[in-house]
Amino acid sequence: MNILMMILLTVLIVCAVVVSFIKSLTASVIVFGSFSLVVAVIWMLLESPDLAITEAAVGAGVTGLLFYATLKKIGSIKDDDEPKESDDPETPGNDL
Amino acid sequence: MADFNPKEKKILYRAFRITAAILIVMLAAALIFCMFDLPGLFSPDHPGENIVAERYIESGIEETGAVNFVAGMILDYRAFDTFGESNVLFAATICVMVLLLVQDQNKSRAHRKRSKKNGSVNSDQTTVSESQTQSEQLPESKAYYEDLRDEREIEPRLIKNDVILKTIAKFAVPFILMFGVYVILNGHLSPGGGFSGGAIVGSGFILASVAFGFDKMERFLNRKSAGIITFVSLLVYCLAKSYSFFTGANHLESGIPLGTPGAILSSGLILILNICVGFVVACTMYSFFSLMRRGKI
Repeated sequence: MNILMMILLTVLIVCAVVVSFIKSLTASVIVFGSFSLVVAVIWMLLESPDLAITEAAVGAGVTGLLFYATLKKIGSIKDDDEPKESDDPETPGNDL
Repeated sequence: MADFNPKEKKILYRAFRITAAILIVMLAAALIFCMFDLPGLFSPDHPGENIVAERYIESGIEETGAVNFVAGMILDYRAFDTFGESNVLFAATICVMVLLLVQDQNKSRAHRKRSKKNGSVNSDQTTVSESQTQSEQLPESKAYYEDLRDEREIEPRLIKNDVILKTIAKFAVPFILMFGVYVILNGHLSPGGGFSGGAIVGSGFILASVAFGFDKMERFLNRKSAGIITFVSLLVYCLAKSYSFFTGANHLESGIPLGTPGAILSSGLILILNICVGFVVACTMYSFFSLMRRGKI
């Protein structure tokens, strides 16, 4: 357990706590992606490159992308060209 | 929740939050307490130091022929477990299809009935003239976007003429796909294998479909071809390794020669199984994205 591993684990814990408490959903997805990136680096330090490649490809890539597709589908991320609706308190994460 | 007045609602919300916090802290404490009970890294109880692990490490390379030893483990010694994982991916695709697949507009009777009903109501009140089945024209009224809140509708405008995205995708997509194929084919020689290579190829497909439009991607990978690829890959894997249902832990020889470790055509069935797993994972990633965006693969 050297000093680099301790710093990375601290960043991991901070990321995990921040994901739950942050209000904007888009920022939450970005922090989730950075969590996945730090986990991929930790897998490399623990000498398992198979897991590092898989975590980088799936966690930081495809999972973040699918989260964005979901947010678009529920109306949390709006296009620039769509007509603006009135302030709808029902849509989650509307205060982008 | 409609029966409570606002003051009671506030108290209930606070009670829920405090109970949730207490339960989470208790669960974390229980897990951390159990972690101290596990054997340490160098104690004789360690699960990495029993006779099974020694056998794997000593005679792994001769028996499986794979230089990447993790691939040799998951696709030769424990190939039956990886078969279960591939089935889980297949089941996940089917479940997402059940939730998100939108029926074909011209053939679904329920959709025709609904559009007929909406057409007769809307023509009296508003000036919307397009029907809901035309997806190419840009609608101008707010009523069309309100109808989209129905969760099974297909999104209308999915092609964006973004110059930056198109130019970069023209350069990046061939390299991404080539790298993914390299990682799949070299699964038994270098780190990687079927799962990570399949995820990389799937990401390449997603980038291509976002940059160039879904219609161009449909010529290459539509629902019928994705279904055929997934089904054939799983069938090949099943025929190769599901004898364990009948013989238990006994191993059947596959007849394919092991070759010299380090060459690309070595290690028996591992290359073929890597390709099968790579196909399944790539088609699964692309189908998830396509189902989320537009309701069909």
